[in-house]
This record gives sequence, structure tokens and C-alpha cells, in this order.
Amino acid sequence: MRGDGLYFVEGALPETPTGGAQAEAWQTTRVVGTRQPRIDAYERVSGTAVYPSDVVLPDMLYGAILRCPHPHAKVKKVDLASARSVPGVRAVLAGDSPEADLRWYYTRQVFTRLFDATCRFEGEAVAAVAAETPQQARDALRAIRVEYEVLPFVVEEGRALASDAPKIAEGGNRVGEPEVYTRGDVAKGFSEADTVVERTYRTAAEIHSPMELHGCVARWDGPKLTIWETTQGVYPVQQRVASLLDIPLSRVRVIGHYMGGGFGSKLSADKYHLVAAVLARLTARPVKLFLSREETFRCVGNRPPATMRLKAGVKKDGTLTALEMDVVGASGGYPAGGASLVDWLVRDLYLCPNVKCTSTDVLTTTGPARAFRAPGHPQGAWALEQLVDELATAIGMDPVALRVKNVPALSQGRDDLPYSTTGLKQCLEEGARAFGWEEARRRAPGRGPWKRGVGMAAGTWVAGAGGPPSTVIVKLGADGSANLNMGASDIGTGTKTVMAMVVAEELGVPLDRIHVEHADTGTTQYATASGGSKTVPTESPATRAAALEVKRQVLDLAAEELKLPVAELRLQDGVVTSLKDPALKKPLAELGGLRRRGVVVGVGTRAPNPEDLATCPFAAQFCEVEVNERTGEVRVLRFLAAQDSGRVMNRLTYDNQVIGGITMGIGLALTEARVLDGAQTGRLVSGNFHDYKLPTMLDVPADITSLPVELPDHRANSTGAKGLGEPVTIPTAAAVANAVFAATGVRVTDSPISPARLLPLLAAARKEG
Amino acid sequence: MSDDNVTRHLTRRGFLTTVGVGAAGVAALGPTPAEAAPPAVTEEGDMLRVVLKVNGREHRLLVEPRWTLLFVLRERLGLTGSKAGCERGECGACTVLVDGVPRYACMTLAAEAQGHEITTVEGLMDGEQLGPVQKAFAEHDAFQCGYCTPGQIMAAEGLLRATPAPGREEVRLGMSGNICRCGAYAHIVQAVEKAAGLRQGGGR
Repeated sequence: MRGDGLYFVEGALPETPTGGAQAEAWQTTRVVGTRQPRIDAYERVSGTAVYPSDVVLPDMLYGAILRCPHPHAKVKKVDLASARSVPGVRAVLAGDSPEADLRWYYTRQVFTRLFDATCRFEGEAVAAVAAETPQQARDALRAIRVEYEVLPFVVEEGRALASDAPKIAEGGNRVGEPEVYTRGDVAKGFSEADTVVERTYRTAAEIHSPMELHGCVARWDGPKLTIWETTQGVYPVQQRVASLLDIPLSRVRVIGHYMGGGFGSKLSADKYHLVAAVLARLTARPVKLFLSREETFRCVGNRPPATMRLKAGVKKDGTLTALEMDVVGASGGYPAGGASLVDWLVRDLYLCPNVKCTSTDVLTTTGPARAFRAPGHPQGAWALEQLVDELATAIGMDPVALRVKNVPALSQGRDDLPYSTTGLKQCLEEGARAFGWEEARRRAPGRGPWKRGVGMAAGTWVAGAGGPPSTVIVKLGADGSANLNMGASDIGTGTKTVMAMVVAEELGVPLDRIHVEHADTGTTQYATASGGSKTVPTESPATRAAALEVKRQVLDLAAEELKLPVAELRLQDGVVTSLKDPALKKPLAELGGLRRRGVVVGVGTRAPNPEDLATCPFAAQFCEVEVNERTGEVRVLRFLAAQDSGRVMNRLTYDNQVIGGITMGIGLALTEARVLDGAQTGRLVSGNFHDYKLPTMLDVPADITSLPVELPDHRANSTGAKGLGEPVTIPTAAAVANAVFAATGVRVTDSPISPARLLPLLAAARKEG
Repeated sequence: MSDDNVTRHLTRRGFLTTVGVGAAGVAALGPTPAEAAPPAVTEEGDMLRVVLKVNGREHRLLVEPRWTLLFVLRERLGLTGSKAGCERGECGACTVLVDGVPRYACMTLAAEAQGHEITTVEGLMDGEQLGPVQKAFAEHDAFQCGYCTPGQIMAAEGLLRATPAPGREEVRLGMSGNICRCGAYAHIVQAVEKAAGLRQGGGR
């Protein structure tokens, strides 16, 4: 399925084992679906949770990386001599250091060097040091003298293909041929339309900005390397580090128990892993290397900017006749999917027989893009959902009604594969009802400078089905307490808690008697990175299979001891009871067989997804905003998210994902933009949290309603869950933009809707009006 | 229009300006004990002898004048509850209490913190028991990845020490110097309001 490549291994997966016991769909649940505080809440609020940046090892050094200050340059000469004599410095590396003679790839399409002579973006690694303190390491960076040949830059995606634009790669600045998708005949579709609207939109680049900085601690024990890394996937990091250092996987252990956020920017390894490993080997001491916040703004990924021309045709009755989209997205200095998936909603969200999408990915002299919470989708939604709103206004139809009329039953973007479930219609209708959409729309915007308006938008997410591979092990101890072992990271979504709830559901073991160990390539099972809203639908069926395997063995043991047939027994609340005679029972802790064995082990794997179905989450979001026509300020007053993500596993962490996705979407809509100096230097001018403004508590409403449209997807997997983390942020920004339009009559096509952007538009509208 | 018209002019930037002078503020908070006064001029590479009182315990240390309180807490004292998020007074992950008032530890030099009571998230614990603010954050799921959480908790603790029964807007304003990229703000508001109740009710 398109989109999965970001999170799974490439290519088809050999048949995976089904994981033992056959899992029937849950009809009722006792633990799953309730509101459960996290099983690791204590560690996270007490300060005892050890994040990778907290790791302090005996005799540890601190590493730092010198980065190219130019967007495009050749490194002519690096003079390390004076850096070596800075107090506390223990190792210095640059491109010609034999230890640093290593390959690197941003994507597998282009191989480069760890310290490459060509820097294609500001922030590319040029040299590195290790010193006794981080302050001394920074001193040493300042002492390194580098001679650059500064080359011309191009930082805007719209300029990259201009004939006079400097060439970043040998073959030019276009990454491959444009990707063209067609179905039907758009020319015919437009000719059948009563109304055709066309507009060009742009979303600014966003920076992931997880609160824990990117970085790691590396330590060698002879030939074996251990890395404590803040990552969404310990296994992808292990694979890349081992392959680039050319050592066996068995000699690289990656540990990432806690991690402070990633949002797609921590799915795999970075250059800093290799740098830390080389510095640690060179000095025979552990090395801690964490980037500064300013570095993370430049070189660990971004949501790439997108320019989107969209044209749509609609009949008076609301039938969509044609959709045509041209996307230009920027990968940055190396191919990184700059235009990837921006057109997916145009292909798949609404019923439309005639669609054409052309996506062009270009190179610019900026940091390479990385997957960022629903890659492509919020950008595409910004365009599509504003345009659909405009169509509704044009034909005098309610925007909710127009969308409901065009809800598809089949995934048109996948050659009409049926969805395993789709709750899009319910999201739209139930969301509108709960929000009070119709009443709110009728309300006048107000007479003072503050004008009110409501807006809504819908979305789907290309992935969110999860899938193999995944292996999970559940161990039941002699006293009836359990241990769950999985390789997946808990990136803050509550993965550990959800999986413990699945074990509690099947075995009746209370949550406080379940220990979860995870995210360690040395001690836990293989898992793909946590991303793509696939972690719960991937790991929860595997966990359930493991728990059911434990249950099967426990019931066998109990049957022997109670001298009853297995079919007559059930396990609930930690007690095996006869269905016929409830007096015949045995608590787990009293099972002699379990006591003698010490442990019962169940291995579960993730079974394959059905081949003939498309499994996707859906969403509709509604908001009310207030816009000050004198100052251009926008305040979001309330939000409601109706989400179909299949079964709700933990209502408390579910709601948290919803409010988090909306908060991030408000950032895209109102405050966040990477700003580059395109005129003079090509350098970043928004490299900190004052100049790049993340939403704070004052920027988001306390009034956010999470309305799950709960349709357990039993055809998709054995827990019926679909992904949640990304769909919650897909329609958000577009809903805000539509509400701003409702309040002011001004259509803001470029993100973010800052006062500086909005005020001239309001002034222009006043002049026209 | 809502009732927070009065606070509209107080932006996050304004709040940060207040907090951002943490270092100067700390120095001005009270008289520094004369016997511990640092020498007027230090040579490059000189280490200062300081005594830091953290969570009621005194630590005698040699520090470089440029070391921040955050660096000393995390990398020298093993108190890693306080987090490094930006190291320039913008995100609040490093928030600690200095004499009961929230301060950004990344903007406070270790040498300046001498002579003051420093409280970190570890200091809110009663043995192995969570304090009321910590308990409320756990119950209300007022975090996701948890990295900004110790800073949020210390900001809340400082707010509630100064304003035991804050209104909704006071909570939003008081917590606005702490960024949560996971975006758990709506739960954080609930947790702070719950914590106010827990603290008033004697706490635990």
C-alpha cells in the first residue's frame, strides 16, 4: 500500500506465522476501551524515567558537530590543529580523518560521505570533536578553521526548476520524473461541471521540534557497540548503524526505553550516531552527543513546503465531477519524498470519477525532509478542504452536506478496493450534531472588531492499518503476574499501556501486575519503528496472540489439575473457573503446574492484513474561531474531533492523541513556518522557539472535544483498532482556515495565518467590499 | 467576549521576558552569603567553589563560571528530572523552583544559584510517594512523551504556591512559559486544577 514504505521494510513480506491461538473478535471488553492512566506515569512524573539525554556514564566524554554555515558550499580545507589544543579536547575528526571515512545516505538513492566535501544545506556536518565537557567541545568547534567555496543557493521550491537556478545535483534539481496519477478524464469532468474553482495554495515548511533534542550516547565494549538513543525505532537505528559501520547486527545494541517525542524525525539513524560511535572508539570512552536546538532546526528533518494548484468541478447538486492537482514539494538537499502523499486526499477522500494529480519533487539547498506526522496529508488537506469549502459556498450547499454526499464506499485511490470499515459519514454527521454546526453557522459574526466563525474539514490517512512484522512475548509468572516483551517504542502515545491492557483483557491480570519491557534490540523482540499511526494496530494483535497462547497453556494446566475438559474452563480476573460449576476454580497463583514451571511463555506475531481490503482511519473536525479585524489575531475558541480509528483501546490516551493532534494542527494553521533568507544568504532565520513559534497553552483552546466514532474493524485485525496519531492532525489546519473565512470572508491560501499575512488580506477585502 | 480581555496583552513573549531574566533575578533575590562570594575576577579555566542547596541537601562542587544550574543538576548531580529542551530560555523543560519561584535552570548560572533553595521535580516526592501535582498529572494523563513534564510540574507547583486557587485563565497564563510539543495542554489545565484541590485538601 502506498505510504507504508515510510514505516515498514520495502518489498513484500514472506508469510508470517499466525501466532498460535485463533483470536475471535471481542464482543465485550472489560479493560480495553476504559480510561487508564499510563502504566509508566509514575516514572514520567517523578523524574525517574531515564531518557537517552539523561544517561550519564562513568568516564563519559561529550561530542559536538561543526556544521556548515552556508546553504551550499564546498569544503576546501579543514584545519583542526588549534582545536586539538583546546583544554579538555580528546578527539577531533573531519573529512580526511581515516576513522571518519564512512559512507552515509539520506535516502538509499544517493550515497554520500559522513563528512562530505559538498554541503547541500546549512547545517551539514563538517567536523566533530569529543571533550571532557560539552562547553569545552563547543570551544573546540569554534577553534576549527574551515575554508569554504561558497556556492549559489536556491531555497524556494517554486524557484528550484527555474532555468537560472543553481544546480544542486548532477542531474538537475528535479528528483526523478513527476509522479502522475490519473483516473477518468478530467477535461470531460470539468466540462460536465456547473461550477469550476481553481486556486493555488502553499503550506510553509514545519520543524518537528520534539522536546527531547536529537542525540545519543555511544559506548564500545571491545567490538560491541551500545547506543542509548532517543528514537521511534531501535531496530531501524541498529540496522543502519551496523550496515554503515560494517559490523554485525549482533554487535550493535540500541536502547530507547523512554524518548521525548519524534513526530517522524526520529524514525531511523542520523549522522550523529556514526559520529558518536567513531569518537567513542577513537577515545575508548563513552561519548554523549546531543544536538543543540538550533541544530535540530537545520538538519534533522522537516515537513517540506508544498505549493499546490488545485482545480475542482462540481454540479449544482453537489456531485464532484473532476479534481486536478499539481504539487511541487521540496525534498531539500537530497531526495527525501518532498512531494510525497500530498495528493493522497485528492485521490481517495471523496467520490470523484475524474482525477489527475501531478507531483514534482525538487531539490533545494535546505535540510532534507523527513516524515512528519501524516506526511503530505495536512498539506493536501489545506488545499482540498479549503477548495471543497469554496465549492459549497459557490453552489449554496452546507459544507458538511457536500462532503456527506461525496463519501466513497471504496478506496478509489487503490483501484476501488473496499475499505474494511469507513466511518467518514458518521464522523461528518455525528461531529456536526455534537458541535452544533448548523446553529453555529447561522450565528452572526459579531459587530466589534472580533468576528466569530465556524469551520470544518475532513480527512483520511493512507496508512494506519499496521501490519507484520512484529513479535511479542508474554510471560506469566508463578504468582500470576505478567511480563510483556516487545521491541516497539512508546513515543508518547501510550503504547506500553495499551498493550498491557490487552494482556489484562485476555488474562485477567491487573495492570499494576504487568511489567512491560520494550525498545531494546538487546533484550526485546523485533519491531518496526513507531510511526505512521501503525503501532497500536501492529502490536496489539501480536500482543493479543501472545496472551492467548499463554491462556491456552494455562487452561491446559488447569484442566489437568481440576480434571475437567479444557472447553469447560474459562480464565477471568486471574482465576480459572468451570463454566458448569463455578465452585470448581483455581486462581493462577495456585496452579501447581505453573509454580513448578516457574513461567508460561506465549509468543505472538502479527498476522498479515487481508489482501482485498483497505484499512484506513477517517476524521471530521469542527472549530470556532474569533478573528480581530484590526490586529489580524486569530483565536481558536473550541474544537471538536470526530475520529474513526476503529476500536478505542484506552479512552484516556485516545483523547490525549486527539488534543495533541489538534494542537499541532493549530500550529500549522496559525504560527509555524520555517523562514529562510531567500534574498541574500539562503540561511535559516527562524532557528529557535522565539522565531519559530510552537503553540503554547495560550494558543489553543482548553475546550477540545474528542468524539470517537467507534467502529471496531474486525476484518482488519484481531483487536479491531486502526491508527489514530496522524489522522487527528490532518484536517485541523484546513478547518481553522475555513473558520477564518467564515468569520471574515477572507480566504487565506498560504500557511500560517499570521497577523502579518492576514491584515493586508483583510484590508484588501475592505477595499473591494 | 470572554473574561480574559485583561490578560490578552500578556503574550508568551512577555512572560518569557519575565522568566528569561532568571539569572539576574536569582542574583537579586536575596543577599548572597559573604563567605561564599565568588572572587571578583576569575582566570580562564578557573573553577569556582560553590555550595548548592538542592531539595534540602547541600552539594559542594567546583564549577566553571559558565556552567548553568541545569548542566550541574543533570550532568554533575545526577538529578536528571530537569530536562534540557532549548538551553536558551524558550521552552521551560528545565523549570525548577528557586526560593519557591519557577525559574529556567538553563538561564541560571550554577554560581548564581548559591545561597538559594533549589527545588527540582525529584524534590516534590515524599519518599517514593508522588506529590499532589505529580499525582494530578498522572491521573489526568497530562503528558504524552513526558519530556516537558517535569518542567510543567514545577511551573504548576510554583503557580500553586503563589496562587493556591487559580482561575482557568490564571492557569493558562501561569503555564504558558512551558511548551508541550505533544500538545497535551488541555489535559495539563485539568491536572493543574485538580492539583490545586489536592494541595488544599492537605495533599496526598
